[in-house]
Amino acid sequence: MSSGTLYDKVWDQHKVTTLPNGQDQLFVGLHLIHEVTSPQAFGMLKERGLEVARPDLTHATVDHIVPTANQDRPYSDDAAETMMAELEENVRDAGIQFSDPTTGDQGIVHVIGPEQGITQPGKTIVCGDSHTSTHGAFGALAFGIGTSQIRDVLATQTIAMEKQKVRKIEVTGELDEGVEAKDIILEIIRRLGTEGGVGYVYEYAGETIENLDMEGRMSICNMSIEGGARAGYVNPDETTYEWLEQTDYFQEHPEKFEELKPYWESIRSDDDAEYDDVVEIDASELDPVVTWGTTPGQGIGIDDPIPEPEDLADDKVDTARRAQDHMRVEPGETMEGYDIDVAFLGSCTNARLPDLRRAARIVKGRQVADDVRAFVVPGSQRVQRAAEEEGLKDIFEEAGFEWRNAGCSMCLGMNEDQLEGDEACASSSNRNFVGRQGSKDGRTVLMNPRMVAAAAITGEVSDVRDLKEVTLA
Amino acid sequence: MSDATEDIPEVDYVEGSGIPIRGNDIDTDQIIPARFMKVVTFDGLGEFAFFDLRFDDEDNEKDHPFNEERFQDSNVMVVNNNFGCGSSREHAPQALMRWGIDAIIGEGFAEIFAGNCLALGIPTVTADHETINALQQWVDDNPDGKIEVDVRAETVTYGDNEINVSVDRAQREALVEGNWDTTALMKANQNAIEETASELPYLDQTRSDIEADD
Repeated sequence: MSSGTLYDKVWDQHKVTTLPNGQDQLFVGLHLIHEVTSPQAFGMLKERGLEVARPDLTHATVDHIVPTANQDRPYSDDAAETMMAELEENVRDAGIQFSDPTTGDQGIVHVIGPEQGITQPGKTIVCGDSHTSTHGAFGALAFGIGTSQIRDVLATQTIAMEKQKVRKIEVTGELDEGVEAKDIILEIIRRLGTEGGVGYVYEYAGETIENLDMEGRMSICNMSIEGGARAGYVNPDETTYEWLEQTDYFQEHPEKFEELKPYWESIRSDDDAEYDDVVEIDASELDPVVTWGTTPGQGIGIDDPIPEPEDLADDKVDTARRAQDHMRVEPGETMEGYDIDVAFLGSCTNARLPDLRRAARIVKGRQVADDVRAFVVPGSQRVQRAAEEEGLKDIFEEAGFEWRNAGCSMCLGMNEDQLEGDEACASSSNRNFVGRQGSKDGRTVLMNPRMVAAAAITGEVSDVRDLKEVTLA
Repeated sequence: MSDATEDIPEVDYVEGSGIPIRGNDIDTDQIIPARFMKVVTFDGLGEFAFFDLRFDDEDNEKDHPFNEERFQDSNVMVVNNNFGCGSSREHAPQALMRWGIDAIIGEGFAEIFAGNCLALGIPTVTADHETINALQQWVDDNPDGKIEVDVRAETVTYGDNEINVSVDRAQREALVEGNWDTTALMKANQNAIEETASELPYLDQTRSDIEADD
């Protein structure tokens, strides 16, 4: 059993009591809600005559169904309009702050929390979305929950949980040109398996992680759940504090910043902390990673051959066969040269400003390949504005990308942005599950944002290191 | 304990016939595709369970156990490893429950999925690969055969076989004692909740504020 880790400390700090079934009841410091998984929870609350216990610790946004092209109300999709109207009514009745599109603060829930400074080290953060693990980048204990648990949190501001084991993943080595945080997490999932993290929380540590900016750390923590781990975190440090100091909350409450810093320092894992497991990864060996299959664990370096299913672990053979059949790839080949129809630059994994900047350096002065639909969906309205101000929008549009408004978009195809038929998509998102991007025959290849940019230009999965980067003004 | 927990049934035992769903890593996008989640209630989700695996583009039925006549009354699903991985959508177990599933036996479950099942009173019990394979084969051969899932004893009985299964400790306690609906249970600890909150350095309300209110 772990001791002295950030996880242990934050857990103890928030533990209310132990419930009769042996689960702990934990206080929730921040509850983020969105339009897809919350309406049923509000419904259950009403049925029981209960009120929202802590609207002041609850924050809403709209992201999953929001159209990214025409956002005029009512939305052209009736179902989307109904969901939006329901959320508006629920937050109004309960007095919950709502970053809706008229505020200029709307965006994907895992992008706006960090932007506004409500995501903080040492908080427990929950949301009805499995990528809530993203907020762990700040040293928060953050995890996704189901709708019945949303009801629990709305009604009590607490949640029933069992304590997990802690696995430290120590990443060392300098990243090669063209290799990013996304490649590190895809490699971790490939190595430990999509179910390898079940029962664990991941602590990402080591010099490579410490050298990442906050956006990179968010990309890594974001995909913890793809490796089966419900939460992942990075210990807070100066990089974390520099980000926090610039956020709304600490700009408005500068005294809080100094006041909370000792708490943030105190929750860092101790040097002699004990872990249930430790895994070491040498990141200097990594090439850009792309997926060849239909789970995020089916990744390979861009120069590596697609594996023979029979060479994989016994329990992976069938999944791999089905995946290769669906993707129409052959063992022994590399993914380089795999034709794509769509390039999607977006999602809570990779749609923050530095992601768009890096991709723009590849795109600038080039043209999207014929017959490729390429589009950029910024993670939030703030990212969108900042990118427009520094000229990124123009670079993308001149190259033939569409520039959209913020939302989850084609990561999961709940709005109009969907694959059609058996289209193949180079995607900076997090899941390549069959049907994920809106078409059950669609084919998704996960990769980092620069690799998406390269694929958009060449029309096929390509090694971004073969394309010279342009310095942006 | 408040009244709200009194009508929460104990789920210490489930019996019925089985339905095998084979394959590892069956994710929640396959269990309920996202386009069916554009709803504000869970009503009617049952007909969309495994939709894209069950129907082609023209809505013709494909080969899938959920389409087979012999499994239409089944309520105990038998699955392989990492079942329910991916998104946190409770729509997935809601769809299965509304189709008729009352218990799931498998090699392994994704954590959020298992938690969502517990919130609905659906046991998720586990056994090793060989045991599950044998059970899936038996279900195929005996679609009307009775399976008994004893959550308290951690056994599954079918035909002449009794197998040991694992049930997560908290899940077993919650189901057997009938306290798997945690809202009222947790709400009853209001004083302790406020006490914990008052110790959190990042909340605006400090301990002295609360004492001043007393």
